[in-house]
Amino acid sequence: MASEEMEQLVRREYKDGFVTDIESDTLPPGLDENTIAFISKKKGEPEWMLEWRLDAYRQWLKMEAPSWAHLDYPPIDYQSISYFSAPKRPEDRPQSLDEVDPKLLETYEKLGIPLHERAALAGVAVDAVFDSVSVATTFKKQLGEAGVIFCSISEAIRDYPELIKQYLGTVVPVADNYFAALNSAVFTDGSFVFVPEGVTCPMELSTYFRINAANTGQFERTLIICESRAQVSYLEGCTAPMRDENQLHAAVVELVALDDAYIKYSTVQNWYPGDENGVGGIYNFVTKRGDCRGDRSRISWTQVETGSAITWKYPSCVLRGKDSIGEFYSVAVTNGRQQADTGTKMIHIGEGTRSYIVAKGISAGRSDQSYRGLVKIGPRAKGARNFTQCDSLLIGDKCGAHTFPYQEIGNSTATIEHEATTSKIGEDQLFYCQSRGISEEDAVSMIVNGFCKDVFQELPMEFAVEAEALLNVTLEGAVG
Amino acid sequence: MLQVKDLHVTVEGNEILKGLTLTINAGEVHAIMGPNGAGKSTLSAVIAGKDGYEVTQGTVTFDGKDVLEMEIEERAQAGLLLGFQYPVEIPGVKNIYLLKSALNAQRVARGEGEMPAPEFMKLVKEKLGYMKMDASFLQRAVNEGFSGGEKKRNEILQMLVLQPKLAMLDEIDSGLDIDAMKVVADGVNSLRAEDRAILLVTHYQRLLDYIVPDQVHVLVDGRIVKTGDAELAKQLEANGYEGIEESVA
Repeated sequence: MASEEMEQLVRREYKDGFVTDIESDTLPPGLDENTIAFISKKKGEPEWMLEWRLDAYRQWLKMEAPSWAHLDYPPIDYQSISYFSAPKRPEDRPQSLDEVDPKLLETYEKLGIPLHERAALAGVAVDAVFDSVSVATTFKKQLGEAGVIFCSISEAIRDYPELIKQYLGTVVPVADNYFAALNSAVFTDGSFVFVPEGVTCPMELSTYFRINAANTGQFERTLIICESRAQVSYLEGCTAPMRDENQLHAAVVELVALDDAYIKYSTVQNWYPGDENGVGGIYNFVTKRGDCRGDRSRISWTQVETGSAITWKYPSCVLRGKDSIGEFYSVAVTNGRQQADTGTKMIHIGEGTRSYIVAKGISAGRSDQSYRGLVKIGPRAKGARNFTQCDSLLIGDKCGAHTFPYQEIGNSTATIEHEATTSKIGEDQLFYCQSRGISEEDAVSMIVNGFCKDVFQELPMEFAVEAEALLNVTLEGAVG
Repeated sequence: MLQVKDLHVTVEGNEILKGLTLTINAGEVHAIMGPNGAGKSTLSAVIAGKDGYEVTQGTVTFDGKDVLEMEIEERAQAGLLLGFQYPVEIPGVKNIYLLKSALNAQRVARGEGEMPAPEFMKLVKEKLGYMKMDASFLQRAVNEGFSGGEKKRNEILQMLVLQPKLAMLDEIDSGLDIDAMKVVADGVNSLRAEDRAILLVTHYQRLLDYIVPDQVHVLVDGRIVKTGDAELAKQLEANGYEGIEESVA
């Protein structure tokens, strides 16, 4: 990796005087054009990229934060946020697991995360970096032989400018929405994947294995391109809870699938949800969109959302290509004082396009959760089909679940099916399991996992196992 | 084994059981019969620990332990098992998974350790055969889409696998055709053992043609008004509950 070069680059930048505090790798809070220039320069970006960012920033200034979501949070002061924080240097990180919060380690143990990975997740310096570097190198070689590019978005901007110019912002335009515009202006990290024509990526790609995953910034930008007949399965996120001092997380993910390409994107999100009183936690405002640009292409989103104080997230598919397919499988779990407004958009443009939505929402504690889904069938989308199934499960009597389905049908040949259920976790179901000798906690977990089954089976194997474990940790103490 | 003394239970302010006393010894099969609304299902529900029932007076002990102080799962772990009249559906949870979790939870609580998987599979397959159930049942979600008869068979299958000390069967015959009832009755009869007791709650006498009880109790208006042997059930069938109520009054 280019970490040494980065280091040098970073040091050189200080001399240029963007920040006065030589010792610090973190920008002071605040956002203006200088901030963006600083980020761009620190990343070693070409001039056109800076212009792109500044354009986004200028548009963002004219926009207003959306207020339509069923969420309640105080206005965010964008000038109080620091927009650049370099990865912690090894000497600043915990030197061994002994220095890590025991509560965090306890959670890792419950999740069944192998010992050496626990260190990596907790940000321990020495072994973790070693491990990841070697793993990353092995992967890079294998991927390179297949012609697959997998690197950070910053590297891609430097090394593959033509691909970036061709695709970046074509799925989620810079001014698509308030948070996407902000992200376009200030993104600092993220992944880039390019799978060339006819290639099936030889392994599942995961941010988990990227060495900087443990210190991912607030504003990630991910771009995945599959050329004709190419396929990739991408796993995002950390399955363990990350303590993060950052409050706002505004990511953008763009997927492009050309003819007969297939992109499967799986997320397990478990950012810090705040404490039981709703203090702290991540505000997660994410724009994820896939463009089925080619005929018969297919994009599949699978997400398990258990973390964050606030989630605002609608992974979507634009079904442009003839007979293209969009899928959305989601489990969202809220507990404590968490709020989530999440769902999907399926935009049918091409003929014979199909979409499939399975959304499972679980609310516990005093949390509040909404499913918001749009199915839009354009005038040219002859014979388009959608199936939506949307189930909510309530645990206890202080939580809320809401469903906001929107349908805009511009073509009489379309077929739309929508099924929705809301159920309270059955006292009867609990009693049934307990009366067989199973503890209440295990019974809840059994029932909830059963409820989520349709979605979990879409996850890659090892993710499914961790997702189940994660669910159990999230819902600990939800009953009783 | 089970001792119920002067049990008073209210549900939403209405007194349902009004001083019920009952003793069941190991090796015995008891049947509780009575008209609708007499409190038959309340008794087994209270013993199993269902929410919403308030015990205002009386005691329930099982092997000398105070049942009413125990958590629901502790009662099952101690060997008290309820077969439901209306077993609930649990979507997405495989039948075999519930069986295995229940058995192992009970074993672990008793300090026996989890049963090794091959041994468990052997046990389940044997009991499945007994209940004339196809192995595909194990892979289906718990009670989901089961017919009434299949649900009842499944309840008995659980009893056969979990081997409780006291099996309480609430209206296990309701909704069964004659063939299904025979299979269920065979299952229950195979549970009979010197160290095990069975409590049948039923509305009709016909089940007792297949499972012959040692004692029959007639429950009317929250109290046991008459106790006898299997003959009593036959009288009930002939004369109805009204005859009993009159003779008691």
